[in-house]
Amino acid sequence: MNSVLRIVLQRLGLGVVTLVVVSFVIFVAVNAMPGDFAQAILGQGYTEEAGEAIRREVGLDKPYFVRYFSWLGAALTGDFGTSFAKANFAAYAGNTAGSGLDTVAASIAPRLENTLFLAGVAAMIAVPISLVLGLLAALYRNTIFDRFTNIFTLSSISSPEFFLAYILILLLAVLNPLLPSLSNVFEGMPFSERFIKTLLPALTLTLVVTAHMMRMTRAAIINLLASPYIEMARLKGISPMRIIVVHALPNALAPIINVIALNLAYLITGVVVVEVVFVYPGIGQLFVDSVKIRDIPVVQASCLIFAAAYILLNLLADVLSILSNPRLRHPK
Amino acid sequence: MTYILYLILLAGVCVGGGWVFRQSGQMATQNAPYFRDMPLGVASGFVIGLLALIGGIYLYFWNGNQFFRWAIQGFFIFSVLAYYFRLLGQQLGTSASRKLFRQMPMTAAFGMATILVYAFLAIFAGQVSIATIFLIAVVGLPLVIYAQAYFTTEAARSITWIMFGVIAIFIIMYFVGPIAPYGQDQIFPRANIVPGGDPALGGDPAFPLGTDQIGRDILSRLIYGAQNTVGIAFVTTCLAFLIGATFGFLAATLQGWLDQIISRVVDVLMAIPALIFALLLMTIASAWAGSNGALLTVYMIVIIAVIDSTRVYRLARAVGLNIVVMDYIEAAKLRGEGLGYLIFREILPNATAPLLAEFGLRFCFVFLTIASLSFLGVGIQPPLADWGTMVRDLAQFINYAAFAPQAATAPLLAAGAIALLTVAVNFVVDWMLHKSSGLKE
Repeated sequence: MNSVLRIVLQRLGLGVVTLVVVSFVIFVAVNAMPGDFAQAILGQGYTEEAGEAIRREVGLDKPYFVRYFSWLGAALTGDFGTSFAKANFAAYAGNTAGSGLDTVAASIAPRLENTLFLAGVAAMIAVPISLVLGLLAALYRNTIFDRFTNIFTLSSISSPEFFLAYILILLLAVLNPLLPSLSNVFEGMPFSERFIKTLLPALTLTLVVTAHMMRMTRAAIINLLASPYIEMARLKGISPMRIIVVHALPNALAPIINVIALNLAYLITGVVVVEVVFVYPGIGQLFVDSVKIRDIPVVQASCLIFAAAYILLNLLADVLSILSNPRLRHPK
Repeated sequence: MTYILYLILLAGVCVGGGWVFRQSGQMATQNAPYFRDMPLGVASGFVIGLLALIGGIYLYFWNGNQFFRWAIQGFFIFSVLAYYFRLLGQQLGTSASRKLFRQMPMTAAFGMATILVYAFLAIFAGQVSIATIFLIAVVGLPLVIYAQAYFTTEAARSITWIMFGVIAIFIIMYFVGPIAPYGQDQIFPRANIVPGGDPALGGDPAFPLGTDQIGRDILSRLIYGAQNTVGIAFVTTCLAFLIGATFGFLAATLQGWLDQIISRVVDVLMAIPALIFALLLMTIASAWAGSNGALLTVYMIVIIAVIDSTRVYRLARAVGLNIVVMDYIEAAKLRGEGLGYLIFREILPNATAPLLAEFGLRFCFVFLTIASLSFLGVGIQPPLADWGTMVRDLAQFINYAAFAPQAATAPLLAAGAIALLTVAVNFVVDWMLHKSSGLKE
């Protein structure tokens, strides 16, 4: 158990180091932009003195590394700075009241929650479906059913997300009005209504991630079917279903858990396009909007959040596959 | 809630029907082994398939909508196309290629035929210039001479025929003219013409797929979209492979600190999700490029190529490391061969198969990333026609699908064009991987 703890801690440390380096890359990339915060915020009204004043106030006159560490330190405490768009808006409106809403953290927090809700709903649908489909495809391998699911999943994995989204809108919202095509969820909405509105984007995401998980489940199980202990079970006369569920599945669990964790990472980061299609107020939508108006603090913060989620879930996949595999648990 | 009840009822009908089907099969065939050993799941599967078939026929002929019919017709047209393509491949070509086509599943044949159609559309969307024909001839003739002089196999001689065929197609297309009826940025006075070409419904026979919101012909833009979207994706993938494979093979051959440095840099770049990283870099690139659309497209190619080259690097390094430990590499090193010889004459030829499969997959990813970026509005810039942008611009017409099916076709066609190509490439890659892995289970 001690060695397991050490390996897990090692991976965690590596994850933290990666995250710090990634944050540095993001910082450098954003600071490579021509012009700076002062020019962006003043726009046409830029003068040398005003720019100087703003730079001094925000701390842009300090050296590069000092700025990086103060940004990182603030980000760790949940303070991502002030959004350009909100700052401009506040300046035009001429008031600073309600400035609590102006911070990046305040505008991201509810959207992050929405995105996590969407990813959660999608995962609740996708994981059981893909596991069952993978098991069935392994059980009835090389039959019409297997070939059909293979073609179907390959097609859905290789279609762009917006194509699947519009097909679903066409089928389930326009031609047969079962579900709403706009997912305008807001705070204080009853859970059932929110769930119904989230269903269509969640189904789109399900179509995207199911294929990968299902193919991996099938491959992992079929890989095991050639091993001697399966042969033994088959010779004992156990039914094919029982062989796969009781004998093959536990040993195929490591790659399956791994691919599920990877797809959860994809769910959180891959929501951007789906959120835009369904106008779902998640962090992906905010990210794209900020990219278009070059709202740097928001872009920076959402990018960091996406990267953190991605790294953490990859880390989780790593740790789980170590824990579920005795050979990795006791390295020589 | 009622829908869930319907679903449960349907499942019950399927299982029950399966039981009846198996039972009657056993009765009719005096307990033949096929029916005796049939699990209930398989029997229900037959019933589900039968129900789906009946439902499909019913929807197609009686109570369906136009989109379902179009999808079924498209499916049959492409199946027939794939079938004849495979038949053609079995008759023409060298004995090796004929064997390849005989073993090919329908999905791979469909993929190859589709890729050829896209390539044809992409190359001949506009008018072929006479300079292009000369260029092809200048490149092709030395290739033919080289093949004739240095190889005596059947495959080498077929290069001659392929080259002549390509030049002939180019010359024919020079006289036929462009496939697209109009230019991609040609603006007509009538905007928002409904697709279908029926004047009674607001269409125009001159514009079979209608015009978009500022009066550009959608059919022409779809055809030019093949040129721009596919061409840019292809260039990006080539660039990604150039960068990734070069560094990967260098790292595998030299190892040591160079390998360590490159690998750590790649680790960091891969830790940021690709689409997010691309969007972040595109923000910065758009600040650099200003309003220069062409420059932004160039930046996009470089950005996506660099991001994707990290994945290529991983594969090239892994494959290279496996090859470097071989005895023939040791022998070449002892002979005193240089780095260039090792990489190009020893490693590269042995790494072509996995790299080629990866090229197909990478192309799909790059193509989808570009389409997504364009769909989000930061990809290929306006004067160029592009499928992702077209989907975004025309998407609202999908809401009219219930009462004006034609109006909804344009965005679906653009999105479908993207999906069709990636599906086709994936089918071919899947077949190649299956063939090379030797999985016959």
